[in-house]
Amino acid sequence: MKIVLEHLTKRFPGRGKNAPDVIAVNDFTFEIPDGKLVGLLGPSGCGKSTVLNLISGLHKVSDGKVYFDGEDVTKLPAEHRGVGIVFQNYALYPHLTVEKNIMFPMENFKGDKRLSKQEMQSRALEAAKLVQIDALMDRKPAELSGGQQQRVAIARALVKRPRVLLMDEPLSNLDARLRLQTREEIRRIQRETKITTVFVTHDQEEAMSISDMIVVMKDGVLQQIGKPQQVYDSPANLFVAKFLGTPPINVFHGRICGGMLYAGQDAILTAKGVPDQEVYAAVRPEGFILDEQGPLRCMLQGVEVMGRDVSVVAGHPALESTQLRAIIPSTSRVDDEAEAVRFSIVPEKTLLFAKDTELRIDAQLA
Amino acid sequence: MDNRSMKGWLYLLPAILFLGFFMVYPLIDVFIYSFEEGYNSASQTYYGVGAYNYAYVLHDPYFLQAVKNTFILVAITVPLSTGLALLISLGLSSIEKLRNLFQTVYFLPYVTNTLAVGLVFMILFKKTPYTDGLINLVLGWFRVSPIDFIDGPYWAKMLVLCTYTVWVVMPFKILVLTSALASVNDTYYKAARVDGTTRSRIFFRITLPLISPTVFYLIITGFIGAFKAYSDAVALFGTNLNAAEMNTIVGYVYDMLYGDSGGYPSFASAAAIILFVIVLTITCINLLVSRKHVHY
Repeated sequence: MKIVLEHLTKRFPGRGKNAPDVIAVNDFTFEIPDGKLVGLLGPSGCGKSTVLNLISGLHKVSDGKVYFDGEDVTKLPAEHRGVGIVFQNYALYPHLTVEKNIMFPMENFKGDKRLSKQEMQSRALEAAKLVQIDALMDRKPAELSGGQQQRVAIARALVKRPRVLLMDEPLSNLDARLRLQTREEIRRIQRETKITTVFVTHDQEEAMSISDMIVVMKDGVLQQIGKPQQVYDSPANLFVAKFLGTPPINVFHGRICGGMLYAGQDAILTAKGVPDQEVYAAVRPEGFILDEQGPLRCMLQGVEVMGRDVSVVAGHPALESTQLRAIIPSTSRVDDEAEAVRFSIVPEKTLLFAKDTELRIDAQLA
Repeated sequence: MDNRSMKGWLYLLPAILFLGFFMVYPLIDVFIYSFEEGYNSASQTYYGVGAYNYAYVLHDPYFLQAVKNTFILVAITVPLSTGLALLISLGLSSIEKLRNLFQTVYFLPYVTNTLAVGLVFMILFKKTPYTDGLINLVLGWFRVSPIDFIDGPYWAKMLVLCTYTVWVVMPFKILVLTSALASVNDTYYKAARVDGTTRSRIFFRITLPLISPTVFYLIITGFIGAFKAYSDAVALFGTNLNAAEMNTIVGYVYDMLYGDSGGYPSFASAAAIILFVIVLTITCINLLVSRKHVHY
């Protein structure tokens, strides 16, 4: 089912006398295509969960509209929207067994949708099989591991065959290994059920790895929408560029002067098609090539060997942050006793942003 | 005994001494007295040993009246006060405005002296040559002829006692239940709402099971408290409870020790042991039932 958000705004009343309203979501407009897995991504407190709550109907919309398949559901209460939610803490009823938890949503069906006990049980089993917990039906939630509880929560959300599946930080309560495994699982379940799914995360890696589409937000404002790779390769502004990618992108205070891009005193690339100006030059960690004749002269601060790659930590006077981090293949040798290190820069991995607006500047770099 | 466990026992010593002197020793003593016929606390003598004290107490019409009163009191006030407290706490947790004000109002009886509250109830219910009391005034509007609640028929006196007891024990229950309700994670309700669960189903399938440990705690302590009722009856009907037919088991024990008919520690002990057995039995039953219905 296609979800359309139109100029969606959510204001919460401020605390205290004469406190201004807090705008959690500001003029949000985007479209979620049918059957896609969409990741809502942003730092803590940016309003991601609020967007989810507005889609589910748990929060009332202040302004704007929500459409499900062209039907205006803005005023429709949560119980009539047909959404399934997986909560961050799973919200499994602790006094009910796994089976009873999964059956709970179906017991609320009214009128001609009512199911007999056998039908409910068979549907619960079907959902449990989908998430591979059918062997644990008689357990109580407290007797399950975090990952198993997560699966029960997904089964419970799916069993009523919702039009949309919403997940609030679905992986944040799991340990690192389980997180990797579970995100693949979520991907598989979403592919099998073909249900339109929106999930919230602050972990960009998580969002990029399984989403068909990611939506990046900051302070309640939409920053960029697109396929993960596309957003990573051509971020719309400096915030998106900094937020995506681990290790994060390295930002230099740069300058365009006479067709050359300077980082401090170093002319690192030729830049065509842009007027002379002050810019931010941002280079992805994989955009550095170890080169004794390279134009970027850095102070070596440390070398971290991480198996497949080597991470070079270095300082540069024009850096916006205190140090830069370059990822180079482990085959290249770095003398970690040396004081200086020189890099040449890969133009495709370098992005320019305006100093004032922080918006992306298109330039032909070479 | 090694040094470590020595230290442990040392820490426990104050509590052990205190409990031993003031709980265990008296309990054993009372048990012994209850089998010593005609024990005299002044001369510390008795005639013989046997179950005579129990036989006497169990055939004493005043004791039987006290048992009947106590059981009626327990059967009415425990469910009623717990139920009402649950309703009020639910109400309190669902309002936002004036919640603190109402919480204070409902908690006031808890910090008010029992005898002072008894006096207020007297004014509300008592019929005197000058006035029929406030309750009778209200009843008069519905053309009910005035009833003497304090010195009148048995059911009227029991009604006052039960009302009074419910009113006195409710604040604590409301306090405990409000905090129990507040501790239920909000996402359970969100999850239930998204699934279209009706309010009554949310209450019976989610809220009640989740606060069931607290509810059972209140029921068990409520039973024990109601079985030990005494001062409430005194506050309402004065010290001669036998004459008012409003005596309780604890009242009977007190009368046997110090009352006008007092000076019978053996009978008092036997009555106390009977009360102990009753409370123990009821509490065991409660715990057995709660094991089936409490989910943690």
